[in-house]
Amino acid sequence: MRFFIQELVNGLTQGSLYALIALGYSMVYGILKLLNFAHGDLYMVGAFVGYFVIQWFGGSTALVIPVPLLLLFMFLLAGGGVGMLGVAIERFAYRPLRNAPRIAPLITALGVSFLLENSMLLLFGASFRDYNTSAFIPFSSGIHIGVLNISLTRILVIVLSFVLMLGLRLLVDRTKLGRQMRAVAEDREAAEMLGVNVDYTISMTFFLGSALAGVAGVMAGLVFNQIYTLMGFVAGLKAFTAAVVGGIGSIAGAMLGGLLIGIAEAMISGYISSTYTNLIVFGILIVVMILRPQGLLGRAPLQKV
Amino acid sequence: MSTEQTPPAAETDAPQGPGVGVDEWVARSSGRREYAPGRLGDAQRVLERVPWWVILLAAGLAGACVPFLTTNDFQLQIGINAMLLAILAVGLNISVGWAGLLDLGYVAFYGFGAYGYALVSSNQLNPPTGIHWSTYISVPVVMIAAGFLGVAVGWPSRRLVGDYLAIVTLFFGEAFVEFTNNVAPKTLGGPNGIVSIDPYKVFGTTILTNKGYFYVLLVLLVLTVGVLHLLDTSRTGRAWRAVREDTLASSLMTIPVFRVKLMAFAFGAAVAAMAGTVFAAQQINVFPTDFATPFLILIYAGLILGGAGSLAGAVLGGLILSVTLDGFLRSPTEAGYIFYGLILATMVVKIRPWLRLGAILGATVVFGIIVHTIVKAISSSAVAGGPQSSGWISDLVHNWVVVPSNPTRAGNIGYVLLLVLVIALVQVKGRWRDILMVPTLYLAACVWEGVLVAQPSITRQILLGVILIVMMNARPNGLLGRRRVEVV
Repeated sequence: MRFFIQELVNGLTQGSLYALIALGYSMVYGILKLLNFAHGDLYMVGAFVGYFVIQWFGGSTALVIPVPLLLLFMFLLAGGGVGMLGVAIERFAYRPLRNAPRIAPLITALGVSFLLENSMLLLFGASFRDYNTSAFIPFSSGIHIGVLNISLTRILVIVLSFVLMLGLRLLVDRTKLGRQMRAVAEDREAAEMLGVNVDYTISMTFFLGSALAGVAGVMAGLVFNQIYTLMGFVAGLKAFTAAVVGGIGSIAGAMLGGLLIGIAEAMISGYISSTYTNLIVFGILIVVMILRPQGLLGRAPLQKV
Repeated sequence: MSTEQTPPAAETDAPQGPGVGVDEWVARSSGRREYAPGRLGDAQRVLERVPWWVILLAAGLAGACVPFLTTNDFQLQIGINAMLLAILAVGLNISVGWAGLLDLGYVAFYGFGAYGYALVSSNQLNPPTGIHWSTYISVPVVMIAAGFLGVAVGWPSRRLVGDYLAIVTLFFGEAFVEFTNNVAPKTLGGPNGIVSIDPYKVFGTTILTNKGYFYVLLVLLVLTVGVLHLLDTSRTGRAWRAVREDTLASSLMTIPVFRVKLMAFAFGAAVAAMAGTVFAAQQINVFPTDFATPFLILIYAGLILGGAGSLAGAVLGGLILSVTLDGFLRSPTEAGYIFYGLILATMVVKIRPWLRLGAILGATVVFGIIVHTIVKAISSSAVAGGPQSSGWISDLVHNWVVVPSNPTRAGNIGYVLLLVLVIALVQVKGRWRDILMVPTLYLAACVWEGVLVAQPSITRQILLGVILIVMMNARPNGLLGRRRVEVV
């Protein structure tokens, strides 16, 4: 039972990260019908931004500012910086292709992903970098019941991602920007005719989605410690499928899908075998995609002729 | 080419791109083909009358002469890589270019072919003697098996279209790498792969040299292109293009859409598996990482560069891309030729008249000399690095390109700045673009001499990404592809 709870917490942590990335995927897909392969790499860039914030303030063992302030800086800089990067990518790579055949933006997205990965590789090398979280958030500061250990970072990650998802939900449901986003996702031309600034709305969508990916990157660094330039691609793939499993375009669906995949992964590696985790997860995903492409919470799209 | 793309003069008032009346424009598209003026146009007319198989054989014969030009094994290896990529691009063209199915797991079929051939031509199965099938049996069996695998992978296309199909196939590709890495390590070798695979044995001779594989691949490439050309112009080929343009309409025209899609997957898979068997036989060993996503990107880049939907384009794109990128891995000097050559070629194509081109290049050098003098006056160590390439390029740029004695940090900043400048360059128009081009070119030279030349394999990957983005934005039909107009 303790082992089960431990694996559940691991799954929840991983799942919240997937959910955060999946939200960005889902928002962008909902509004542009674009599978943004570069999204996973934005998550990787976020992790690196967080790492350099730690270095900037003296390194993990000799911090010059209090830890809460450091975390705040990390999340703000990673979120803001990666958000701006996302906006720039949309502006320069995707916007010229808005009316091109569907295959063009998809291949461009592959190119952007490849460019980001290798640029980071050129700038920072292939070596793993270590957040060394335990040096400034001690492992003992968490919940310990018998052999069950839940570290403070994991609690922080789970709570913060739920707060962010709730905030996003409120933003999309309650604010003017959210209404515009839903309008553009429903019908871009009609929204434009009704006076919605489509370009601005799409840029903001990219900003929000990318910022969430950046924050998720910092969280990944805090929880798993090791970051490297190729960490984004597979995480991005799984996150996209999380979005699809939940129902693409639906925020609750992305959250549900992310958590489900995270927990499934933890359970498989805990109870079956960690060697086959990826293989089994990919298998499950293929089956889900084939059997229910509209996802658990999504609606099947109507085909207009 | 630009003349071909502009709508007729009568329609210039109409908005660009798809719109009302576009159907008619599409319908008249083939009749509106324009010839270049003068001799070039005459040559075009003559070339059009030559039968396709004559052109194919002539190209094959030209290719057959290549090994006479060099005895260098490494150069032959470049040729082998190039033809492998060309065959793969041609195979990918079936599903992506003709049938319009985005298959992102394509590289797994290549891997399946390589692993399949390796299993039946090594000591891996049934140890210690292993299984050693004759090439005449193993290659066709592997190709047919790959065809069935293609049908299985294509099966989801019954319900899934577009991005969903792309992601399922991508998972298949990822799963293949995971599978070969982790499952049955005794048989598949895990990350250590399969080693000591039998070479090809055809017409009683065992092929051991690069020269031999060069000819094997050349014959296979010519055969593949020939067969696929026949297929393209057949009823099946027309059905593929119909399904690509409008699935619903073609199903109403009684085209068996699902079966046609499966055929595209199966043929593509068989071609990829064929390339895989040659790869395994020539390399003598196969590893899971040979068939990972970066190679998939390479195949896509080759196809996109040449033009999806065009056979000649796919071959040419694969050859050009592979030779260019392999050149990067040779020596810094040759990499330098390719880097500066690419920039110059792009400028020559894009910038008219010649005077303007000359002015920009001259201004770049002058700008460089000024910057070099200023930086040297401030700190002599900032220019102490010197260019990292050698030969006459080094002599040429030595006096005006700034390379600090420790180039990594400055180079990194320069690289990011270069990306920003290139993006800015795309945005501005007219005279500002010319002015901005001067510092961009200069910075490109500095970054190249400072960091890129020292990291050829990463530079090569970056170039791939850039090719995909730029081609899609500037010329989505590729070098030889026909421009597609989507009827909305």
